[in-house]
Amino acid sequence: MKCEDAIVLVHALADGELDAGHAREVEAHAEACTNCAEELAAAREMKNALAANDLRYAAPGSLRARIEGAMPKPQPVADRRTWLKGFALGGAVSALAASGIGFLVLHDARDDRLLGDAISAHLRSLQSEHLTDVLSSDQHTVKPWFNGRIDLAPPVPDLTAQGFTLIGGRLDFLDGQPVAALVYRRRAHVINVFVGQVLGAGSAAPQMQVVQGFNVLRWRKGGLSMIAVSDLNREELQEFETKFAAAG
Amino acid sequence: MTAHPSMLQKGRFSDAISPGTTPDENKAERFRALALPHLDAVYTLARYLLRDPSDAEDAAQECYLRALRHFDTFRGGPIKPWLLAILRNVCRAEYARRGRAAAPLDEAETDSENVPETLWSASDGSPEATSLVRLDAETARALIAQLPEPFREVLVLREIEDLSYREIAQVVGVPVGTVMSRLARGRGLLRQAWRAEETQE
Repeated sequence: MKCEDAIVLVHALADGELDAGHAREVEAHAEACTNCAEELAAAREMKNALAANDLRYAAPGSLRARIEGAMPKPQPVADRRTWLKGFALGGAVSALAASGIGFLVLHDARDDRLLGDAISAHLRSLQSEHLTDVLSSDQHTVKPWFNGRIDLAPPVPDLTAQGFTLIGGRLDFLDGQPVAALVYRRRAHVINVFVGQVLGAGSAAPQMQVVQGFNVLRWRKGGLSMIAVSDLNREELQEFETKFAAAG
Repeated sequence: MTAHPSMLQKGRFSDAISPGTTPDENKAERFRALALPHLDAVYTLARYLLRDPSDAEDAAQECYLRALRHFDTFRGGPIKPWLLAILRNVCRAEYARRGRAAAPLDEAETDSENVPETLWSASDGSPEATSLVRLDAETARALIAQLPEPFREVLVLREIEDLSYREIAQVVGVPVGTVMSRLARGRGLLRQAWRAEETQE
């Protein structure tokens, strides 16, 4: 790979835009080339520095009202019809998802129940405003909170400087087993990290898989199993795991 | 854009939307459900492109009106890039009105072909030497807002709007390769500005 190509491609690598084959090629080049390695490190650092803050703007309520006001008013009947249509569609999608899971259950029922629970817990945390029981970006508040609530001490690294903001923690259950759930945020993406003693037959090396469209990364460290669930892209979730494992 | 209040007058909306007819209602209903959740995203891009809150509001509103009018041309898939492409066109019309012709964008197109081999200037030193200091949101926003437009828009679309390269290419109307090189360049420029800000503090 030519350096002049690689120096631009490292940005695509940092953005998680390369397929596995190209990613390996660019990584191999960056390992051998100081210039491109520095560019890659700088790109990641810039991304992290930007992700540390929410840089979006919220649309003023008056603007929302003006736009809503300019649209034709929905009729109650049309309203219900559309709602029902959405409901039927939702049912179809769930049925599809369920059939996919049913297929996998034949492989390893226990593990799939675990992952299914992890996805459900993640979704619940997003929907119900019940993201955390202890709301704090301070690791020294979150970590002690688990004392006496669960018989393990989860690692709670402060990854703010790496662009992952700690939101808090809560107690959750996966496949009937109590787990510590740690919540981090990157831009608009929420990451739930479930920490338990034995969560499936996880290996120490991190394993990435896609479950119901979410990226799920599992690894073991220090006698604990970790399952991270997020809609964040693979590259950045992998980066999160690296930082989490290194700091924890 | 504030100098054109006619754009916001109700009379103009009624041309596009004929209330009372069922197909239009269904259309508006679908549009509302799909497009309105992205209002913050549309407004955010408008803020960064126009660098003025009230112009951004006008542009976002105009974007939604145009989008509803042309909703028939929406071919499914994620609606966010489609909306942002419309917003970008609205903003470019606003540039033209401001007297800044669209020229800067087109110039940059040829400019971005030759990405410098070293994106960090010599004065910047090794990027790894020291890590970037965390700046508060307001300062970071201001630094992004200072970037030249072609680099600013791809950076905002990637880092703040969270679009994929393909979606950015769709919004900006350039090949993916150009998106990539502008992003590389944009990050380099932002890093320099960031460093300068750090030393000032």
